[in-house]
Amino acid sequence: MTGPAFDVEAIRAEFPILQRQVNGKPLIYLDSAASAQKPRAVIEAMVAAMEGSYANVHRGLHTLANETTEAYERARAAVARFVNAAAPDEIVFTKGATEAINLVAATFGRRLGPGDEIVLSEIEHHANLVPWHILRQARGVTLRFAPVTEEGAVDLDALEALIGPRTRLLALTHMSNVTGWIAPARRVADAAHAVGAHVLFDGCQAVVHRPVDVQAIDADFYVFSGHKLYGPTGIGALYGRAEVLADLPPWQGGGEMIAHVSLDGVTYADPPHRFEAGTPAIIEAIGFGAAVEWLSRQDRRAIETHEQALYRRVVDGLAGANWLRMLGVSPGKGAILTFEVAGAHAHDVAQLLDRYGVAVRAGTHCAEPLMRRFGVTSSARASFALYNTEAEADAFVAALQNVQGFFA
Amino acid sequence: MPSPIEQDLDALVDEFDLLGDWEERYRHVIDLGRGLEPLSEAERCDANKVRGCASQVWLVTERTADGRLRFRGDSDAHIVRGLIAIVLRLYDGRTPEEVLAFDARAAFDRLGLAGSLSSQRSNGLAAMVERIRRDARADAAAA
Repeated sequence: MTGPAFDVEAIRAEFPILQRQVNGKPLIYLDSAASAQKPRAVIEAMVAAMEGSYANVHRGLHTLANETTEAYERARAAVARFVNAAAPDEIVFTKGATEAINLVAATFGRRLGPGDEIVLSEIEHHANLVPWHILRQARGVTLRFAPVTEEGAVDLDALEALIGPRTRLLALTHMSNVTGWIAPARRVADAAHAVGAHVLFDGCQAVVHRPVDVQAIDADFYVFSGHKLYGPTGIGALYGRAEVLADLPPWQGGGEMIAHVSLDGVTYADPPHRFEAGTPAIIEAIGFGAAVEWLSRQDRRAIETHEQALYRRVVDGLAGANWLRMLGVSPGKGAILTFEVAGAHAHDVAQLLDRYGVAVRAGTHCAEPLMRRFGVTSSARASFALYNTEAEADAFVAALQNVQGFFA
Repeated sequence: MPSPIEQDLDALVDEFDLLGDWEERYRHVIDLGRGLEPLSEAERCDANKVRGCASQVWLVTERTADGRLRFRGDSDAHIVRGLIAIVLRLYDGRTPEEVLAFDARAAFDRLGLAGSLSSQRSNGLAAMVERIRRDARADAAAA
């Protein structure tokens, strides 16, 4: 049961898009793990910035430049507080989580070579696989992959067995975008640190559903995107522990990231500006800041309870359906239901659910190795967010049963 | 005098007009897909693959001795297979000129399946129609 402290209707009233209809039916948006809808607080913060105070940041001495720079840096501080970073300068704004991981691969990874190992897992999103493939090609590092259990969890014993004296980095999802598995972050960080390796967490899903404290889990790097956090697209964050960031070489060159430039050489700015070449996504950063502030004002424990209750309600509603295969049933998992309907392709399922107004994801979820692990070419995914309701969960169950009827 | 493709489209429209709500239409599409002759494993190769995303689509184009184009297609998703069956009913066995003169998007609008051709990236059907037209252009140019 959802506690009285959490008023889902009040939350929904803050999301204008939830009023719309799809194919003549009220929208039931169960694709928030791909991208979440935006509350008015985010939309208004971005509009207000463009209408009221806009200029380029970190340059110019006029009033608008100063105001915008302050707003941009306030957003950085808000994002830092959101994950309990020790200081705002430990947050680098990036285009998204993908760019954040590429940044780490291109800077931290530049110093690695043959004999160095990076430990990953089979559960990872392509964003936490492909940058390392590229690094392997460029630098000759070795990639090691921890397997995934039948329940859809990373096999922790196998993972820890892969961590050894040659390990330089452990890069792992904090919460799977497919199975909802949640990593015991501190435990694996300790295992990596015990051999002198660094640890990076892909926090795209985890930060949405539970409070994350990067200091408590002892992360060296932690990446996440704005758009899954009820914020805008085109913005994300790389958290890096201050000493770790200070030690990294620059990545992209340009304005904003330098201290001095002459024709003979360059001295670089300190982090985070060293990694923010060019004019950043100013409006998006302000929207990102508004999103994390908005989410932080909510009762996050109540949200997690609410989302878990919706997930449970759907799983219970589908109990006994012999035509359904769920991918990911690990204990304590997040509110994501990835599934196959016997006799139907995930594409059919998503297309028909759309006719009932239900938006789900279908495909490989940017996790082809994991799909292969489960022996499927694609699957459908319903992901639950704070604005979903019990009535929507029930409507989804009914719609899915109807969809199955097409293929029975 | 409507073209042979237009006449077949009229027949399809009549067929769909007998159906009621969207559920019946989709059931019919799925049935049409079930009736489609599947491609062989060998024909489901990368060379015959049409760009898709959530589902896979294959197309085989052949030329008959009398200058007509034979199209055969397949997909791993039911609804897409059904839509392919409709596309093939309209395009298969035509001359390149007939293929190029036909507007598939307008046809799907008339069938009440509008939108089936619009989500380009996700279902590969629009890409399949593009490929059919490309093959027809190439054939017309070679003739």
